Amino acid sequence: MSDTTTIVELQKAEKQYQNVTAVHQLDLTLRQGEVLGLFGHNGAGKTTTIKLILGLVSATSGQVQVFGEDPTQSEARNLRRKVGFLQENVSFYDQLTGLEVLQYFARLKNVPKNSCLGLLQQVGLYDAAKRRVKTYSKGMRQRLGLAQALLGEPKLLLLDEPTVGLDPIATQDFYSRIDQLKQQGCTVILCSHVLPGVEKYIDRALIMGQGKLLAEGSIHDLRQQAHLPATFHLQGNTLKLPEHLASKAITDPQGARLDVELRDKMNTLQELANLPGLENMDIHLPSLEDLYTHFIDSHNNQEAAQ
Amino acid sequence: MNAILAVANKEFHDGMRNRWILSICIIFAILAIGLAYFGAAAAGKVGFTSLSSTIVSLASLAVFIIPLIALMLAYDGVVGEDENGTLLLLMTYPLSRWQLLLGKMIGHGAVMAFSTVVGFGSSAIMIGLFSDSTSWGELLAPYAVFILSAVLLGWIFIAIAYVISTAASEKSKAAGIALVTWFVFVLVFDLGLLGMLVSTQGNVNETLFPYLLLLNPTDIFRLVNITYFAEQNLTGLLAIAQQAQFSITTLFAGLLVWLALPLALALTLFNRRGL
Repeated sequence: MSDTTTIVELQKAEKQYQNVTAVHQLDLTLRQGEVLGLFGHNGAGKTTTIKLILGLVSATSGQVQVFGEDPTQSEARNLRRKVGFLQENVSFYDQLTGLEVLQYFARLKNVPKNSCLGLLQQVGLYDAAKRRVKTYSKGMRQRLGLAQALLGEPKLLLLDEPTVGLDPIATQDFYSRIDQLKQQGCTVILCSHVLPGVEKYIDRALIMGQGKLLAEGSIHDLRQQAHLPATFHLQGNTLKLPEHLASKAITDPQGARLDVELRDKMNTLQELANLPGLENMDIHLPSLEDLYTHFIDSHNNQEAAQ
Repeated sequence: MNAILAVANKEFHDGMRNRWILSICIIFAILAIGLAYFGAAAAGKVGFTSLSSTIVSLASLAVFIIPLIALMLAYDGVVGEDENGTLLLLMTYPLSRWQLLLGKMIGHGAVMAFSTVVGFGSSAIMIGLFSDSTSWGELLAPYAVFILSAVLLGWIFIAIAYVISTAASEKSKAAGIALVTWFVFVLVFDLGLLGMLVSTQGNVNETLFPYLLLLNPTDIFRLVNITYFAEQNLTGLLAIAQQAQFSITTLFAGLLVWLALPLALALTLFNRRGL
């Protein structure tokens, strides 16, 4: 398969529950090997979008295609072997052991049982394989859920709030695992509230609010769209800024804070580097979190203006 | 097919793990052996009584307890998975809703069948071993009819439990509805029919009235076991069925219809259920 194979395609997909529009005219194309971050707060339509892609609900209007087929059709059921899903707040059969849970799901997916122990080892649950799920912590359940989603080497992976309850090290492990899967040609949709540190691992971000698409693109694109400044934190007691910068800076006894447009970042950096009295400098670029807040706020302001 | 068996296998093993199978076996065995041995205690005798009176009194007790056990076993079959979040997950697997429901039916059905055969069968073995008046040959057919009809009754109420489970939005509601359902089928229905008889002073359509009994699977179950021992003097409501003279085959067919209808209804409701 070439890199341009389309795995998921939504065309003006819309989903209404009674009178609520959960997803509004959503267009989305996802190619093989892409990692998409789907962001938005509660009720933004993330989970409904995932359900549309999984074929759990059918679109009120518009089209949804996964691997070139309508996922709600029963003929598409065999395609589900190629799909892995980890839902929010996963809770398994408490009375079974981790291994038994995984073996049950493996059997349903027609995956050989002997791959289960290996998967548990990969997610760090090997030692707990024979313990009942009832005794698992939230993070362990999450990892068992991940092992379940990875059964049968899926080509499309949908993960809803995958790092909730994971400690920082486990989160890091999780992201490097996503990177590996991406290298193997797996397409991944990460669905989440904004997570610090997720930028590095996603190719594209999609920010949703109230069922609508607020912004879409790579982090670079989003920064361009948002016109958020780069922020310089300067330290030094005897710091003296050039005049054209001093007017924009907020100074305090220890140093200064300076906001400049992204395209002026390099020029400003060169200018500041040789400044006498500069002891330390931090540069903060708009993070995904900043971008997210920006798009949500500007959307809310628009709503309020109307 | 593999998926259906996987679900059935899990349900059966759950039944063993949480001691459902063991408990039902013990309850049935105590009930059956106790009735066989102490059944004539009211008449001042202890010891194995006649086979027919043993089975008839066993049937009239089983008719209360089997529906209750079946409803308790299966009422959370769908709504429980939904509350757990595993229903959503299962539906992303290559498994359709009818396969999940059928798998559960087979699994729970096997739990019920196994417990019934072992529990009630053990009393047949006890009678065969220790009773002087009853031979093995006499024992076989009545017990076969009784156990078969008991298993069917259990399956019917498992299917009814699925209807409740697919219709209810919460597990606790499903439990409440299951209790009411049990009450209606086991007590209210018969009381209603009796009330009709009394208020009309027996002036009912004699050909039509017995057929009303077919509207309740527990009554069909009782008829099966009473009809088999036709020499018994029938009292109460079931006496009216004597006029209709349903054959055993008709009655078993009635039970099978009672199994198919709720199962079909449960499937329809399940397909409509949102996720």
